[in-house]
Parts: sequence; C-alpha cells; structure tokens
Amino acid sequence: MHIKYTVKTAFRGLTINKMRSFLTLLGIVIGIAAIILIMSLGQGAKNLILSQIQSMGPKVIAIAPGRQPQGITDMLSTFTDSLKEKDVAELQKKNNVPHLADIMPIVFGSQTAVYENEAYRPTILGVTGLFAKIYNIYPSEGRIFTDEEVKGYADVVLIGSKVKTQLFGNDSALGQRIKIKGKNFKIIGIFPKTGQVSFLNFDDIAIIPYTTAQQYIFGIKYFNRIVVEADSEENVERTVNDIKITLRNNHNITDTTKDDFFVETQAEALKMVSAITDIFTLFLAAIAAISLFVGGIGIMNIMLVSVTERTREIGLRKALGATGKNILVQFLLEATMLTTAGGIIGIASGAFLSFVASFILGRYLALAWQFSIPILAIILGLGVATLIGLVFGIYPARKASRKSPMEALRYE
Amino acid sequence: MTAIIKAVKLEKTYRDEIETVALRGLDFSVEKGEFISIMGPSGSGKSTLLHILGFLDRLTGGDYLFEGKSMNDYSDEGLAMVRNKKMGFIFQAFNLLPRTSALENVKLPLLYSDVNESLWNDIALKALDSVGMSHRIDYEPAHLSGGEKQRIAIARALVNDPSVIFADEPTGNLDSKSGGQVMEILEKLHIEGRTVILVTHETYTAEYAHRLIKIKDGLIEVDQIVEQKHKHQNGFFK
Repeated sequence: MHIKYTVKTAFRGLTINKMRSFLTLLGIVIGIAAIILIMSLGQGAKNLILSQIQSMGPKVIAIAPGRQPQGITDMLSTFTDSLKEKDVAELQKKNNVPHLADIMPIVFGSQTAVYENEAYRPTILGVTGLFAKIYNIYPSEGRIFTDEEVKGYADVVLIGSKVKTQLFGNDSALGQRIKIKGKNFKIIGIFPKTGQVSFLNFDDIAIIPYTTAQQYIFGIKYFNRIVVEADSEENVERTVNDIKITLRNNHNITDTTKDDFFVETQAEALKMVSAITDIFTLFLAAIAAISLFVGGIGIMNIMLVSVTERTREIGLRKALGATGKNILVQFLLEATMLTTAGGIIGIASGAFLSFVASFILGRYLALAWQFSIPILAIILGLGVATLIGLVFGIYPARKASRKSPMEALRYE
Repeated sequence: MTAIIKAVKLEKTYRDEIETVALRGLDFSVEKGEFISIMGPSGSGKSTLLHILGFLDRLTGGDYLFEGKSMNDYSDEGLAMVRNKKMGFIFQAFNLLPRTSALENVKLPLLYSDVNESLWNDIALKALDSVGMSHRIDYEPAHLSGGEKQRIAIARALVNDPSVIFADEPTGNLDSKSGGQVMEILEKLHIEGRTVILVTHETYTAEYAHRLIKIKDGLIEVDQIVEQKHKHQNGFFK
C-alpha cells in the first residue's frame, strides 16, 4: 500500500467538490466546537469555585446549623438557630476537641450603612479577629479588631473597597464613623480591592465583631456558621469527629440522623463541587454529542452520494488493479479526513469561543475566571471526530468496495 | 508457443430477474504475441467475453485459463492483482479521472502495484512518450481531444508493462484520423511483442489484427487469419 498516494487520492476526492465537503464538515465543526466550549467553560467554572473553596485552606472545617441539605428544596431547613455561644465554649475545651487550633463564630446578613448623605447596603460579617488569618485577607489601611473589642461589643468596623468608594468617594475614610442600623461604628480598617474569596465579595463587605453584630445589628443569639481550624491537615478528619461528638452531647442528640448541624471540610466541599460541575459538564457535552451524531449522519449521506457518483471511477480503479480493500481504504480515508479536519477546525473555533467567553466573564463580570482548554477535551474532540469518520464512513466505503468492476464501469 | 489465453467451453449466464445466456460454450486459445480482433453485432456477447478474458467478470460455466492457471482458482484479490500486473485496459469512453493531469492518470495503476513510488514519474513519463503525449503531461482530460485522451489511456494501460492489452472499442468515440493513430499504436505494441485483444464492430479496425474471431449469439461463428487488409481503402488514411 502506497500510503502517501492513498492519502493524496483521498484528498483529491474531497477537493473535487469543495463546497459540499465544506458543508458536510461544518456539522462536525459545530459539534466539536460545542463540546470544546462546554468542557472549557465547565473546567473554568470548576476552577473558579475550587479556588474559592481552597482560599480557606485545607485545615478549615465549617460547621453550619441544620441538617445537611438533601436537595435544593431542603436548603431552607438549614437556616436554624442550633449553634450557640455554649457550643463554641464546649468546642474550645481541649479534652473535647484536642486538635482544635482556632475557632471563629460567624454571623452574617445585610444592612444599610450610612455616612452623612450617602447610604450603601453591604454584607455585614460578624466575626473575630481571626478572620484575617482564615480568609487570608488583611486591611491595606488600619488594623484588625482585637479580642478585647470582640468581648466588649466594640463598635468598630472594617470596610471593603467598594463600600469605601460608595460612602466616601475619594475622601479618607479611616477613623470616620458610619451608621449601621442606627449605631455609630468607627472605621478602623479598609480592605484593598480583593474580589471574591470563599464566596464572599470582600469589596462589598463590612466586618464587625460578631458580638456587636448579634446584639445590635441582627438581634440574634445564635451563629450562622462556626469555623474551626485544625492544628494540622492530618488531624482534620479526627477533629471533624470530635466536633460532631461534642455538639451531639451538647445538643442531647443520640440519633445521628437527627443532627441539627452539619460539618463540612474543604476536602469534602471540593469533592462535592467537583462532582457537581463534572456531571453538569458531562450532561452538556452529551447534548453537544447529539449534534455530532447528526453531523455523522450527514457524513454518511454525502459519502453515499459520492460513492454512487463515482461508481465509474471505482470500476476503473478496480479494472486497473485496485482490490476491494484499496477502495474501502480510499473512501474510509476520505470520510475520516473530512471528520478529522472538522475536528481540528472545531477544536480551534471552540477554543477561540471559550477564550472570548473567558475574557467577557473576567472583564465584565469581574470573576477570577481562568481560560483553560482541558487536554482531555482536545484528545476527546479529535478522537470522536475520527471515530465518526470511521463509523459513518464504513458503510459507504464497504458499498464502494463491493462494486463489481465490470458493473461499475458500465454504470451510466 | 504457449497459450496465454485458453477458453474451454466458456459460458456466461446472467441471472437477474430473467436469465440471459451471453456465452454458450466458447473454445479458443490465444498464443503469446498474437493480435486478435473480436467482432460481432451488439448483443452478440463480445463485450462479455472481453470482460471475462480481462478478469473483470466471472464465468458461469466451462473454464478459462490465463497463463495456464484457471480463473476459478483466483480470489477477487488475486484477480485484481493479475489485472494490475499482467493486463492493460483501453476503454471506448477513455475512463480518465476528471480534474487529474495526464501524468497522474497514467500513474493510476502504479498506486495498486508494488512498484516503488520514486520510480513512478519516470515510468509514467516513458509510457506517455511511447504514445507521443510527452507534451501534454500536465493537461487535464477536459483540455484534451478525444484522440489525445485515448493515447493517454493507452499509456496508462502500458505503465505496468502488461503481457496482454485488452481494448474495448478503442476507436468508438473517435474520428477516423484519431482512430487511425490509436490503431497504429496498438499495431506497434503488437510488433513489440505484446498480446493485443481488440473488441470492435468496425471491419476496418478489426483488420489491423492478424486474427479475427467473429461472435454471434454467444458462439464463435468465424475464427480465421486476416489475410487481406482493407484499412487503407475503407477506414483510416495514413
């Protein structure tokens, strides 16, 4: 078999009817481009969410009130008031949770902040001074509040860059007082422009001691979250268990299915998010695969037309010594070259589209979106395209190869 | 001399919706180097015979031995290989690939041979030279006259150095002058020692051969040596 000439022959077969080849190829291009786009965006979304989770660090354990949600409709039941000051105290005891390094209760909500005639509604986050370490976010001006200030229900606040701009414009804000729910807070710190960290937009935030938040802003006695940091990554699992036991004892729960809290580690969150985005991506890719299937049928259709049109050519080639196998290879190669070319163009246009999408997401939605094309998507795209050529090309090619030379030569 | 072609009670029946008997038991043989014309009215079975002799179609009865080996002993692949190595075909309708240069057309049989690709150009150019078409190697069939197309088809038939050339009405689509040129080439090939089997319905074309087989209703009617050639009076002019 003369490979070079066989490829050349197949190529010539395709170029004889350029427009037709192009239109046939378009079906494959669209299908492959869609798959690449979906996989790329899926990967980007996953990376974005993962980076948000990972910004908390692997040692961080989150305790939320209510049961672990069993589905979308179950989410509402998670907003309960089961986590209290007493729980924090119990968890802090060395004999309850020996590997606990840090613990921080969180309350959050939204309230209007007022400065002179300006008003803005940021997210209010009530925490302890540990937040800086846990979220790895520090003010560019000013300081973090102290434990004494937390204990003393101090009226101090740190604000995000957007809050600062909204209320003060270009004026200095440090040391000024803003009113939140009628109470004056002294601005002791301002964050630099940060964006999203762990699903919180730190540009759009006002951080105050949790005690103050509970007492004066939200009027509650419970916490929305308790964040625990284990002393090392190895002890995370053990700490999770210790937390569960401590809280069950504290809440008098004997049946573990009746837990009124749930504990989540970063690893679990990562796994869950990965699983969800993977399934979602796969689902969308499967839809795109339907378009590839349709494209494949187009290939088969055109190859059948081509085989019929070129019956005399097949007869001639056979008369000159081509075997059935030679003819089969020629037509299969034509189909495969067509789909592979479609695959390559599809990958290129899919990559281009996802780059544009990433650019728009990053630029106009201010997301920390990373453009990436998974290698798997490229291999898959090329593989699928070639496979389509083989699968949908084999029937026309066999039909061509089985023509009797004499019958084919006589064909008008 | 050894018989290169030997037909023994050769039969061909087409079985489609209705059964058509095309050849009813032909006996003849062809020695190496002969130039034979097969004549007959349309429907006589002459084309069917040529197709079987050229390994393009299977027989349904009797036997056909090519170079001493029965056609029935060959697989389809084997037939293709013999066609490629030992047979050259010239068709009435030229059957050149469109939008493909003369040179590439001539190379076509080499694609299915085991000849090294590096030799193809030289072999094809030599074949084109032997039919006087060296000046048209880059031309596509659409830009060639009928006579030129047929000469390129002959070059293609020669490219694998076949032992037998089968020509099926090679002058059928040509004017008398071009037809004459084509027949001169076939005559030259015969003089060079090749076996040529020609199917035609024109007497003046048939008489280029030295032996004439006339077929009628699937049977050999006449098998004789051509003694008198009328070509200069009736058909072509030099």
